Amino acid sequence: MTLTDNPVADAIETTAPGTVLSHLHPVGSFEVADHEVPTGREEIWRFTPLKRLRGLHSDAGYGAGATSSTWNTPDGVRIASVDGDEARGLRGVSGLVPNNRFVARVLAEVPSTLLVDVPAELEVTEPIVVDLTGSDASVTEAGHVALRFGAHSRAVVVLNHVGHAALAQVVEVKVGDGAQVSVISLQDWDDDSVHLTHHEATVGRDASYRHVAISFGGSVVRMDSNVSYAGPGGAAELLGLYFADEGQHIEHRLFADHTAPKTKSHVVYKGALQGQGAHTVWVGNVLIRKVAEGIETFEENRNLVLTDGCRADSVPNLEIETGEIEGAGHASATGRFDDEQLFYLRSRGIDEPEARRLVVHGFFNDLIRKIGVPSLQEKLMATVELELAKNVLKDLD
Amino acid sequence: MSTLEIKDLRVSVDTEDGPKEILKGVTLTIGDGETHAIMGPNGSGKSTLAYSIAGHPKYTITGGTVTLDGEDVLAMSVDQRARAGLFLAMQYPVEVPGVSVSNFLRTAKTAIDGEAPKLRTWVKDVNTALEQLNLDPSFGQRSVNEGFSGGEKKRHEIAQLELLNPHVAILDETDSGLDIDALKVVAEGVNRFRAQEGKGVLLITHYTRILRYITPDYVHVFVNGRIAEQGGPELADQLEAEGYDKYLRVPTGG
Ligand SMILES: Nc1ncnc2c1ncn2[C@@H]1O[C@H](COP(=O)(O)OP(=O)(O)OP(=O)(O)O)[C@@H](O)[C@H]1O
Ligand SMILES: [Mg+2]
Repeated sequence: MTLTDNPVADAIETTAPGTVLSHLHPVGSFEVADHEVPTGREEIWRFTPLKRLRGLHSDAGYGAGATSSTWNTPDGVRIASVDGDEARGLRGVSGLVPNNRFVARVLAEVPSTLLVDVPAELEVTEPIVVDLTGSDASVTEAGHVALRFGAHSRAVVVLNHVGHAALAQVVEVKVGDGAQVSVISLQDWDDDSVHLTHHEATVGRDASYRHVAISFGGSVVRMDSNVSYAGPGGAAELLGLYFADEGQHIEHRLFADHTAPKTKSHVVYKGALQGQGAHTVWVGNVLIRKVAEGIETFEENRNLVLTDGCRADSVPNLEIETGEIEGAGHASATGRFDDEQLFYLRSRGIDEPEARRLVVHGFFNDLIRKIGVPSLQEKLMATVELELAKNVLKDLD
Repeated sequence: MSTLEIKDLRVSVDTEDGPKEILKGVTLTIGDGETHAIMGPNGSGKSTLAYSIAGHPKYTITGGTVTLDGEDVLAMSVDQRARAGLFLAMQYPVEVPGVSVSNFLRTAKTAIDGEAPKLRTWVKDVNTALEQLNLDPSFGQRSVNEGFSGGEKKRHEIAQLELLNPHVAILDETDSGLDIDALKVVAEGVNRFRAQEGKGVLLITHYTRILRYITPDYVHVFVNGRIAEQGGPELADQLEAEGYDKYLRVPTGG
């Protein structure tokens, strides 16, 4: 296993003059015409198989009705599909100013917004689950979701993506001051689906935001998960778990933009890959702006390669504009099964398939426990088990 | 009833400069119910012997045989060896992140016995084993060996020994890094195991200290990949007084 745990000194070095980091300081615009159609050579598109996106990144028409949404409504929460002025008023509610064409198009062209509105000080105990179910992957569609959490509220929102879809999506999250919020996005699509999604969050003063991305299914899934801070003392935890099979492209890009002092970001993404052509990408960008004194950041990505023929790209990137930071670091590791772990387990009588099962479950377990939604945790354990049955265990039986 | 027979075992490891022979013909029989101590200086090949018997993939067997009650151990996979009744308490137990001790122990017990242990007695057995080794019951929830102190790792190995109850146990420097109280606790665990009928023990150690608590039937001095001398427990006292110097000064031929 190759492992790099880089302290701050190394991190600063990666931001030496001459390296390409300009993509962290884009000039945003709501005007679609201001954004070129990407060619694939741009830093932010270089890993993505554009040809497989069915035009979602460029000028695909947006159909309607192929993806339906249903949800539960806990007391005091408003969940509705809104349009007209109300929908327009929610564009950019997270502070998002589009820096690419698809995001600009979604904000400009999608008539309605799925709004989840949690009033200030409301503590919602049960998870708010929004099921987004696609019925036809040949229809290219787009959606805008706004999650607004009032000051000092507490809530968990699960966006559950299943079925057949070709979806361009923007999810905007506004976390009010002192709120404690989890947003969990599950990509468990069928094999023919394509999903291009941008999650943008602004975290209020002393608020905490946990974002969990879980990607198992779909032909191409690309998610950008960004967070910035509206005031000091905010904390963001960005967690991710992905499992890529034969031919799947799963890409996660993170951006923690430390725009306020005393803020925290903690990123942990773990992935497993199996089967010919399975490709995962993780890009973890952290920007510590001049004002952001006394911040803490740590980001980590680990990949477990289970078979031959897979590729895991892992790119941590830390850009620091102030010397006054509490702590910053990153770790990235991609490796195969650890022979010593397998030997230890097998020396206790555990056969090889079972030993591999234990190691993979163990690899994901810590992360799954952090999600904090027990019903979802159980489901994820079961999903990991199903994924393993496809390849790792099958070959050995 | 069990006999572990090692005959003229030769083992090499792959290095950048090609294979390097580490064990140069080791012959040793652990008869039914016997405890053998192997003592030797650093780098003499003690762990290599232990790992080779357990089947670690790093080591290549170039000659000789190992049998357990006549069965060819070297033809078995690592897990088959364990199920046949061999157990290795490792010098450096391996961390397995995210796998809880209780899940690990239950999975291992199920594999060794060929059936899941009865839940009620099993929970009690695990708690007893942990308690006897001075490990808090909360260890069950922790990841295997992760964040354990050196001493906790060693005690966890002996808890496994007691729960899995093999025929023959190989203990690779289980005593090193233990303070005197932990050493006694570990020795008591090994002695409980030995008190059963027909259990064999191969106790690898660098120091004579543990032999005050676990009295061996035979002591072997291991130098440069071979057994240089063997005797009874008195040989340990002699080593304590004189050290390994006299064996190291003997030209090793070749
Ligand atoms: N990959 C390797 N390449 C070269 N030499 C190796 C390799 N692996 C082991 N050795 C050598 O094999 C010899 C025996 O090692 P082993 O671990 O069996 O010794 P030991 O008697 O258990 O020592 P200790 O008392 O330190 O535990 C040592 O000299 C060691 O350096
Ligand atoms: Mg050793």
